[in-house]
Amino acid sequence: MGEHVIKLPDVGEGVAEAELVEWHVKIGDLVREDTILAAVMTDKATVEIPSPVSGEVLWLGAAVGDAVAVGSPLIRLKVEGEGTSPSRAAAAAKPADTPKEVAKSARKAPAPAPSNANVQASAPAFGAPRPEGERPLASPAVRLRAREAGVDLRQVPGSGPAGRVGHQDLDAFIARGPQAAHATGLQPNNSVTDVKLVGLRRKIAEKMALANARIAPITYIEEVDVTALEDLRAALNKKKRPDQPKLTVLPFLMRAMVRAIAEQPNFNAQFDDEAGVLHQYGGVHIGLAAQTPAGLMVPVVRHAEARDLWDCAAEVARLAEAAKTGSATREELSGSTITITSLGALGGVATTPIINHPEVAIVGVNKITVRPVWDGSGFIPRKIMNLSSSFDHRVIDGWDAAVFVQRIKTLLETPAMIFVEG
Amino acid sequence: MKEISCKLIVVGAGPGGYVCAIRAGQLGLDTVIVEAGKLGGVCLNVGCIPSKALIHAAEEFDRARHIAAGGSPLGISLSKPEIDLAKTVAWKDGVVSRLRGGVAGLLKKGRVKIVAGAAKFRDGKTIAVETETGLQIVRAEAIVIATGSAPVALPALPFGGPVISSTQALSLAKVPQRLVVVGGGYIGLELGTAFAKMGSAVTVVEAMARILPQYDAELTRPVAKRLSELGVKTLTGAKAKGLSAKGDALLVDAGEDKDVRLGADKVLVTVGRRPVTEGWGREELVLDMDGPFVRVDDQCRTSMRGVYAIGDVTGEPMLAHRAMAQGEMVAEIVAGHKRSWDKRAIAAACFTDPEIVTVGLSPEEAARGGTAIKVGQFPFAANGRAMTKLAEDGFVRVVARADNHLVLGVQAVGRDVSELAAPFALALEMGARLEDIAGTIHAHPTQGEAFQEAALRALGRAVHI
Repeated sequence: MGEHVIKLPDVGEGVAEAELVEWHVKIGDLVREDTILAAVMTDKATVEIPSPVSGEVLWLGAAVGDAVAVGSPLIRLKVEGEGTSPSRAAAAAKPADTPKEVAKSARKAPAPAPSNANVQASAPAFGAPRPEGERPLASPAVRLRAREAGVDLRQVPGSGPAGRVGHQDLDAFIARGPQAAHATGLQPNNSVTDVKLVGLRRKIAEKMALANARIAPITYIEEVDVTALEDLRAALNKKKRPDQPKLTVLPFLMRAMVRAIAEQPNFNAQFDDEAGVLHQYGGVHIGLAAQTPAGLMVPVVRHAEARDLWDCAAEVARLAEAAKTGSATREELSGSTITITSLGALGGVATTPIINHPEVAIVGVNKITVRPVWDGSGFIPRKIMNLSSSFDHRVIDGWDAAVFVQRIKTLLETPAMIFVEG
Repeated sequence: MKEISCKLIVVGAGPGGYVCAIRAGQLGLDTVIVEAGKLGGVCLNVGCIPSKALIHAAEEFDRARHIAAGGSPLGISLSKPEIDLAKTVAWKDGVVSRLRGGVAGLLKKGRVKIVAGAAKFRDGKTIAVETETGLQIVRAEAIVIATGSAPVALPALPFGGPVISSTQALSLAKVPQRLVVVGGGYIGLELGTAFAKMGSAVTVVEAMARILPQYDAELTRPVAKRLSELGVKTLTGAKAKGLSAKGDALLVDAGEDKDVRLGADKVLVTVGRRPVTEGWGREELVLDMDGPFVRVDDQCRTSMRGVYAIGDVTGEPMLAHRAMAQGEMVAEIVAGHKRSWDKRAIAAACFTDPEIVTVGLSPEEAARGGTAIKVGQFPFAANGRAMTKLAEDGFVRVVARADNHLVLGVQAVGRDVSELAAPFALALEMGARLEDIAGTIHAHPTQGEAFQEAALRALGRAVHI
C-alpha cells in the first residue's frame, strides 16, 4: 500500500493560485482513474481536476473557498503499490494535520447553521402558549428592560415554557423594530440565511469592489436613433445564409466601436494605475458582459478589428454559449481591452455600468423602444436606443468621452458609415 | 424661617417614605423627608420589628418553661425560668434604636434633609412643617404622601386605661395576668400568642366564624391547635360590647343572645388598621379617594400632578415591603426613569406559632378565577429538618395552573416558614412553572425541601411521601 499525492496542476499561464470551488469526493471515497476530484477556479474559468490513479481518498488539502497555490498538495490517495510518496515516515507525519484541516472545513461548512438554529428556537418549546389577554410572563429583569425600551410585553411572543418572555425574545422583538400587530395573519420572516461567497460570485464581488474603489467613473448617457440600423439588420437577417448567425445589434456596435477607437485609441486600453502607465492596445478585444446561471461572466471577442460583421456575430454567439455552459476557457475569459454590457431584452432606460477594471471604458446598451420624435412638422415613430457608457475619468476627460459616444451614435444612426472606409 | 426648595418632599419616614427618600438621594435628587414621630414609622418603632423582638423573647421563654416542665424530649433540663418584661422591652428598644440609627445614617448618606415635625399641605407643591423651632415651609416639584396607617379603635372600646393598641402592648412593663385580645387577625394573634407564652391568660374575641379569617382553614388549623395547647381561649362569632363598669372585664356578645363577661387586666384591640388620611392637610388638595385610601395609578400618581402616594395610605395589602417597593419606584419615576408597578407577588408573613406565609393565589382564589388548577401539598411531618426541630406541624402548598403548570400561589404554615417567603415570591415573580421548582435542587436537610416536594407532588411524582 502506498500513498499518492495529487498536487494542484498548472491550470493556466501565469496563474499562481486557484480557488477551490467544489469537492467531488470526500475522505474515504474510492476513486478510479479520471474520476473528477475537485473543481478550481482561476479568474472566472472553472477547471476540473481528474484523478490520475485509482485509490481511496485519505486527506483533502483545502476547504471550499480556500485559495490553493499551484503545486501544493490538494488530495492524498491510498493506492496499490508504492505510490508517489513512499516515505512511510512522511505519511505517518502528515496525518497529524489531517484533523486540523478536517476540523477547519467542518467548522466552515455549517456556518449558516447557528442563525437557522436561532430561528428555530423562537418557536415555543413546550407547554401551552400564553392565552390571549393574559399578563405576559417574564422575569422582573425582562419587564424592566421592556419598560425602559418602551416595549409593551404583551406584543412580544414568548419562546419559553408557558409562553414566558425571555431576554432573547425581547432582543429579537427590539431588533425587529416597530411594527403593526399581526392581525392579518401575515408573519414577519426573521430568518437570515448566510451564503458563503465562493467561486464566481466571490470573483465578481472582488472585481466589482476593486473597480468601484480604484476608478473614478463618469457615466454618459445618449440616445441613438437606430431606425435605419434596425431596418438594415432586419434585411440582413432575412437574406442571411443558413450557416450565418442571426445578427443582433451587438456586432454593429462592435464594428462601430472599432471605428471610433481608431480615432480615439486611448479608449481601448488597460490602465495600470500603480505604475502610472496606460497600455493602449492595437487589437480591439471586446469583453461582453454576459449573464450565466453562475453569475456575470465576461467572455472576450478577440481582435474585433480583424473581424467582419458576420464573424463578430458568430464569435459572440459561440462565446455566449461557452459562458453559459461553463466551458469557456481562461483565455476566452480574460484579456479584454474594452467592454460592452447589455441587459438584452430587459434593457432599461439607462444604467450606470461599472468599468471592467483595469479597462477604461464600458459601453452599455439599453432597450430599443419606439418613441415619438419631432421632425420639425410632426411626431414620427422612431426606434430609439440609449447608450449608457462609463469611462475612467482619471485618464479620460468628459469631453473626450462625449466625443467617443457621439461618434458611435453617428455611426449607428447612419450604419453605412460603419462599413465605408474613409 | 427660611423656605426650603427642593426636588422631592417625602411626607412620612416609615418604610415607604424612608426608602423613597434614600433612593431619591442615591439618584441625586435634592430630597427632604418630613416626619413628626420617629424615623422608621410604625414598622420599625411600633410594628414589625418590635413585635418580632417580643415574639422571639416570648418563644424563648416558652421553650425554657416547656423544658423546665419536663416536657422536652431533647434531654435538657432547666429549673424554673423567669421573664422580666421590662428588661425584654429594653432589649427590644435597643434593637429598634439601632435600626433607627441605621435609617438616619442612610438618609444622611443620601444627603436627604430630615425635617422633624408634623407636615401640612399648603398646596400641591408646598408643605408647612411645625418644627420645634417654628414653621418651616418646604417647596418641591414632587411630593410623596407616605403617611401610613394607624390602629382602628372600636367605638365601644376607645383606647385608654386598660384598652390598649398594639403600640402600647409592645411597651408594657409587666406581663398582664389576664389579656383579652379583640380581633383574631394576624396582629392580635401574634401578640396574643406572645403574651400567652410569657404567662398571660389570653382570650381572643373574633367577630368572624374563625380566627385568621383571611386564610383558609387548612392553613390556620396548626395555629388554632397551638393556641389551644398554649391555653389561649378563642371566642369566635363574638362581638365586644364594652368594658364593665369597674373596667376590669370585657363584656362580649357571644351570639345566640349569650353575653359573656371576660375578666381582663388589659384589653388589646387589634381590629385592623386604617390609612392616615387626615391631619396632614388633605383638604388643601384635590385628591381622588378609593374608599378610605388615596387613589393612585400604576405609577403611584394621585389625581394631582406631581403628588404621589405610597404605602398603607394607598390601600391593601398594608405591608411594609409593598410600601418600600412603591417608594423605590416613585423615587426612580421622579428621577425620570421609566417605571411602573408590575409586581406579580407580594408575600405576606404571619408570625403566629407556627408561622404562616402566603404569596399569590390560594387554591380557592385560583379556582374562583375559573382556571383549572393543580395543587401539591407536602407536610413537614415528612421533612427531616422539621423533625429535628420538633416542628412537624404544617405544610407547604403549591397552586399551579393545570394547563401550563405556571405557579399561581404558594402557602405554607410551620415553624420559621416566614423565611421561605423569599423563594416563594421569587418563584412567582420569575414566572416559574412547577417543573422549575421541582427541577431546582433544594439543600438537604432544610425545610425548603418541602417546597420542591410540594411541586413534585403537584406533578404527581413526589419522592418522599
